[in-house]
Amino acid sequence: MEHTVRRADRRRRIVSSATGAITALCALFAVAMLGLILGYIVWRGVGSLSFQFLIAEPQPVGEGGGIGNAIVGSFTMLMLAAAIGLPLGISIGIYLAELGGGHFASAVRFITDTLTGVPSIVVGVFVYTIIVLPMQRFSALAGGVALALVMIPIVARTTEEMIRLVPTSMREGALALGAPQWRVTLGVVLPAAASGIATGAMLAVARVSGETAPLLFTALGSRFFNFYELDQPMASLTVQIYNYAISPYDEQHAQAWAATLVLMTLILAINIAVRFLTRRRF
Amino acid sequence: MVDSQANIPSPASAYGAAARAWNWRRALSPTGDRGDAVFRALLLMSALLLVLIVVAMIVAMWRNSLASINEFGFGFLTSLTWNPVRNQFGALPFIYGTIISSLIALLISVPLSLGIAVFLVEQAPRRAARPITFLVELLAAIPSVVYGLWGIFVLAPALREYVFPSLARTFGWLPLFQGTMTGLGMLTAGIILAIMITPIISAVVRDVLAAVPMSQREAALALGATKWETTRVVLANGAPGIAGAIILGLGRAIGETMAVTMLIGNRPEISASLFEPSYTIAAVLANEFREATGELYTSSLVQLGLILFLVTFLVNGLARLLVWSVTRGTSGTARAA
Repeated sequence: MEHTVRRADRRRRIVSSATGAITALCALFAVAMLGLILGYIVWRGVGSLSFQFLIAEPQPVGEGGGIGNAIVGSFTMLMLAAAIGLPLGISIGIYLAELGGGHFASAVRFITDTLTGVPSIVVGVFVYTIIVLPMQRFSALAGGVALALVMIPIVARTTEEMIRLVPTSMREGALALGAPQWRVTLGVVLPAAASGIATGAMLAVARVSGETAPLLFTALGSRFFNFYELDQPMASLTVQIYNYAISPYDEQHAQAWAATLVLMTLILAINIAVRFLTRRRF
Repeated sequence: MVDSQANIPSPASAYGAAARAWNWRRALSPTGDRGDAVFRALLLMSALLLVLIVVAMIVAMWRNSLASINEFGFGFLTSLTWNPVRNQFGALPFIYGTIISSLIALLISVPLSLGIAVFLVEQAPRRAARPITFLVELLAAIPSVVYGLWGIFVLAPALREYVFPSLARTFGWLPLFQGTMTGLGMLTAGIILAIMITPIISAVVRDVLAAVPMSQREAALALGATKWETTRVVLANGAPGIAGAIILGLGRAIGETMAVTMLIGNRPEISASLFEPSYTIAAVLANEFREATGELYTSSLVQLGLILFLVTFLVNGLARLLVWSVTRGTSGTARAA
């Protein structure tokens, strides 16, 4: 009797350690995938990277060329997206955090959360129907608006979370001194949450900078530099990577890897910076 | 800027105004402060704008797909033919490809994500858990197009040379694992999707497990349960949230575009073999929207976009409700395992 109990006990302990080891392997596998992907990008990307590559326009196959116009295009459209998406996203976040008690606010919160899961290609289709079709041409404006629409729900939710971290006692103190609510929010709550909102905004920009699908038929892409003509097609790093990746030429594949290295450096730099900036908070 | 001091009406006159007509300033600001009323109105407008965007998305895509809706009706969803040259458009191959590739992704990703989340919440010491959490989340920061590039040049050749042949040898009697192995096809797309949705599912499961009250673990341990038995209690308590996390991952897989477009082979056919090329709704939009000529072609593609929007919206909504049910206000309310 006692013998069988002890054996059952041992079995339970073995099962427990085994499952523990399996879960550790799962985590190890995910980290290994990350290392594998990033390592391969660095290995393939470094070879084709040069200063000339970073500032040149694309050239026909065999004549080199670079991604200068794509870097400029990505930057321009990200600025445009941030100019539209950040104010709107942040004010929705403030609304949810400071006035978000009622049923309408719950509905808005639900829609915001749900929108973050809507595929970005659908946003591209939507922007195509409301901007590209009426204008009769692909444009940087359409690309920027599409990116802004992807950005808004992300910014709104991180802003709400950051504002909720501000202690209620600060609001109560300001209100007790006779300040109206708008001054409490803009003068006391927002400054206290500012660094959190800023990091959230940076993460949203990083996330959007990797978007390809909403640009395919809005900004389209271009082989030339376009600094400010927002009503013309514009190149972007991601679309250029896509076009090069599916091309049949080895040279363009190499350029795709180098462009990916540039893009990933940007994205990882933002993510790691945010990680260190917010270390105290989490 | 409005001078808030000078314009505050006396309470009596404000009430008088409210009695005469509906007063927007009163309605928006309980204190009667004009600055507050303006401030609240602006915030409310931004929130309304978001709702309007969603409505506009549905209306704009609906109107632009009317040609296809009128032409094909419900047959659009059940027709197998996608032939732009003959103006025949049916969505079934794309719906099939979307569903099957997403299911493959879930089949691989769910056990993996659960393992990661359990490890991070229940097993790993805190000092190890934090950097590992960060690294797993970095997987979600990699853009879809980069997964696609890596998939074309690393994953697909590796699967074609090593994994697929051995799968065909072992399970070749199943129609699933027969056919030509080009490396680009349903299974490859499913595997890349699995890698992409793993950080999303595991992050949500982690939140859900962390929200399960500590008393549940303490109770199980006090009864002599092993670590694994305790974990099972925790998992049972978080079950609705875990279901939500899985559905959230499903929503992501359904809408994932670039990586799938680059790896699934893009052939609008239904094939029993997982090695063969297939096509998804998102992929056909990415591939054909730019070049679509003719009203019916474009409108069929927009209709696919509308379908994708509605499906992912519903799936995500359902997932959010399930996750909220566990992570919100659950302290103290726990079910028995």
